[in-house]
Amino acid sequence: MSVIGARVKRLEDRELLLGEGRFAADYTFEDQLYMRVVRSPVAHGVLGEIEIDEALALEGVIAVWTGRDIAHLPPIDFRLTKIQDLPLCRQHVLVQDKVRYVGDPIAVVIADDPYVAEDGAELVFAHIEELPPILDATASPGEFVPGVSTEPAVVEKSYGDLDAAFAGAAHVFECEFEVGRHTGVALETRGANVLYNADSDRLEFFGAAKVPHFNRLAIAGMLGLEPEQIHLFEGHVGGGFGVRGELYPEDVLCCYAALELKRPVKWIEDRMENLMAANHSREQVYRLRAAVDETGYILAVDNEFFTSQGAYVRTHGATVSDLSAAMLPGPYMVPAYRAKGRVRLTNKTPCGTYRAPGRYESTFARERLVDVIAHRMGIDPVEMRRRNLIPPELMPYSRGIANHGTPLVYDSGDYAKLLDRLMDYIGYDDLRAELAARRAQGELVGLGLGYFVEKSGLGPYDDVRVEIAGDGRIEVITGVASIGQGVETVIAQICAETLGVDYQTIRVTHGQTDRIERGMGAFASRVTVMTGSATADAAGQLRTRLIETTSERLQLPSENLTIVDGWIRPIGETEGPSMSVGDAAAAYLDDHGGQVVSVEATFEATHMTYPYGIHLAIACVDRETAGIELERIVVAYDIGRSVNPTLVEGQIAGGMAQGIGGALYEEFLYTEDGQPICATFADYLWPTAQEVPDIESIVTEDAPSRTNPLGIKGAGECGINASGAAIASAVGQAIGDPGAITRLPISPLRLNEILNRSL
Amino acid sequence: MTTGSAKHEIRLNINGVDHDVIVDARRTLVDAVRDKCGMTGTHIGCEHGVCGACTILIDDEPVRSCLMFAVQAQGRKIRTVEGLAIDGEYSPLQQAFHDHHALQCGFCTPGMLMLSTWLVERGTPVDDEELREVVASNLCRCTGYQNILKAVRSVLDGDKP
Repeated sequence: MSVIGARVKRLEDRELLLGEGRFAADYTFEDQLYMRVVRSPVAHGVLGEIEIDEALALEGVIAVWTGRDIAHLPPIDFRLTKIQDLPLCRQHVLVQDKVRYVGDPIAVVIADDPYVAEDGAELVFAHIEELPPILDATASPGEFVPGVSTEPAVVEKSYGDLDAAFAGAAHVFECEFEVGRHTGVALETRGANVLYNADSDRLEFFGAAKVPHFNRLAIAGMLGLEPEQIHLFEGHVGGGFGVRGELYPEDVLCCYAALELKRPVKWIEDRMENLMAANHSREQVYRLRAAVDETGYILAVDNEFFTSQGAYVRTHGATVSDLSAAMLPGPYMVPAYRAKGRVRLTNKTPCGTYRAPGRYESTFARERLVDVIAHRMGIDPVEMRRRNLIPPELMPYSRGIANHGTPLVYDSGDYAKLLDRLMDYIGYDDLRAELAARRAQGELVGLGLGYFVEKSGLGPYDDVRVEIAGDGRIEVITGVASIGQGVETVIAQICAETLGVDYQTIRVTHGQTDRIERGMGAFASRVTVMTGSATADAAGQLRTRLIETTSERLQLPSENLTIVDGWIRPIGETEGPSMSVGDAAAAYLDDHGGQVVSVEATFEATHMTYPYGIHLAIACVDRETAGIELERIVVAYDIGRSVNPTLVEGQIAGGMAQGIGGALYEEFLYTEDGQPICATFADYLWPTAQEVPDIESIVTEDAPSRTNPLGIKGAGECGINASGAAIASAVGQAIGDPGAITRLPISPLRLNEILNRSL
Repeated sequence: MTTGSAKHEIRLNINGVDHDVIVDARRTLVDAVRDKCGMTGTHIGCEHGVCGACTILIDDEPVRSCLMFAVQAQGRKIRTVEGLAIDGEYSPLQQAFHDHHALQCGFCTPGMLMLSTWLVERGTPVDDEELREVVASNLCRCTGYQNILKAVRSVLDGDKP
């Protein structure tokens, strides 16, 4: 039986179920010190004197540092999508001159107890001359700080003859859509524990996540260390979602402190810090114009959008805006297109990526636009979509623009077929009639959908080393990271399939910079595609080597041998001469020497691979409370080839739950003077089991990827992509005005205003 | 001296084992369990009583251990995730969480397990509405809850894997 595609159970679970996980806060070392960050209490102001004497006098406080003490450290560099290098856009690890958002780090206190470190931080007083904050990302550009515009970058992409399309259009539609500020908010807050190992003269960073190899080089560069003087170690990670694991000021401060004090320094942020200092995301405004012919076929889209970047441009550079611009046309032909994405600095928490960055937002805008066009032209919304889908015969389909630094080419897909499958599954005609009947009875109930194209498998490379010892132990050493998504299981499945062994005998190593020279990490739904492909390659080579060794020992032709359940024997036979893979490895080592048989492989990709899907929601609105009940959620998704369907469905359900949060509940709101008012879980509302219905998923394999030999596409972001779009669409239909919802989240307050207006 | 920083010698009984520790009065129970007793299976998610990651059982009732001081737990019966398995054998709930893919990152899992252990041990019927209400006490960011609900339901129903 093939183990790729099987619903096997996870290898990761045991430690986590027993309470033996190793999350960032779980490491404690001898002589441990604790760091607490003092943060700006105002959104914008000139930083004056910082009084630290009282804090320094507190028993147990070891050090207090301000921006002056670390002025020699450069600001944190971009990791992706670099914009014109304006150092003043980037964040110093401690404020040098002006505070730019509530939460901006201005000092650190190091103490021998975490409670004392907090006491010390309370005693630090910063004199700040307040300035009025800039909070509106759509206002005309001005000066953010001296020498830096509020618009440090504009992302532009276009193809086709836009002017001709608009000139010849039967209809032109103009709409504005907005997605509120929210973010990943993992249950584990950020944290690190860094120690200086005197024996090896190196820093050891525990609690790494997402991109340990990149961060290793970045931290080394900032602190003036050689790369071999620092290693990062990933334990368990309590959720990533794009946010956790990027390089933040606190990570560098922890390393700096450990190096200076030559004692382990631990930093665990509290939830309030997490909600105002870790990357925010989303907050975009789209102004769309569409040229449409008399049949509802979209001829062109002109897309000007604004991203409220927050106070600094962090490691992601202009990634979110780049993806928004490239992915807005989605599954539709749209023969002419122009995007102008304005990155705007505001006195809010800096933004980065959050699961389906630029797609959650642009899919919302596109699908709302499609609903508006369909409604105004009297076309059924499903039919409207069908008329505009890219047909399968045009695959692979190039838009002639770049996406995330790679050519945007949809490698495979049959978009209409997936729509048909979904419509069949739900019985669309009957369901539509049923909902119309309920509406006729006075219920506010509606069905909405959002079609989306995802992207996954971002390159450029990933390395894998597969090793087998003479006792049969197999290890796959990767340069990726695990953020809870099941990397170990999936990579073990791919290795097991190729090698012919039980996946449970395989150990998968990730996030350890001392085990493999380079690695790209876990983001952009890339791990299964990139590391999976490299694993299949390395395991295939190892298989050949073990079979050849067995062939020599057993005097059988290697082409007649196979590996089944860890035994190398003639094809089709279950008895007779055979060798276990461990014995074959031992034989190989006898001949060639060494501790393990080791094979390395690299998988490179110049293009991403593009899965696609549809989210469908049925929502019922309470006229009195403006509350929204999600009666049903269905996700149809073509993944090309599924390595573990149970884990794919888990990604869908989890992503959808977050998408529901962004659609209905989660938003970082600010007062007029830039104070964040959603900095606790009492105010930042994340969906509980009461708000998330059971999510039905239909996972298909109609369109295997053409970018990798296994035909696989990623699953990480497919659950969230069109969730906001579909829910907004359903609520619009429910209240009898399909174009009414132009902004997420659809809070009761906003929906009440709409209901008062339209009912 | 900071308020609450006076030291107290206390004995915490965790999973049947006594731990003699010295804590300041302000030290939360979860910090004492993790840092003083070295049992890091119980996690801290928000420290303001919303997320439930730190849920443990005290005298067999679920409690947010971030909202209680360690000194208040003296003489009480404390149960944490580390006490669920016996000789490495999963409890029925741990097994069900594994079987139903009810965890991804695993950070909420100890709290979810302790909360549902209480529900299962309560021994009275639980309909789906109440099950959702109870599980809604704790936050999970990865699973969308449905597999957690399925796992707990299977144990409540006495399903054999």
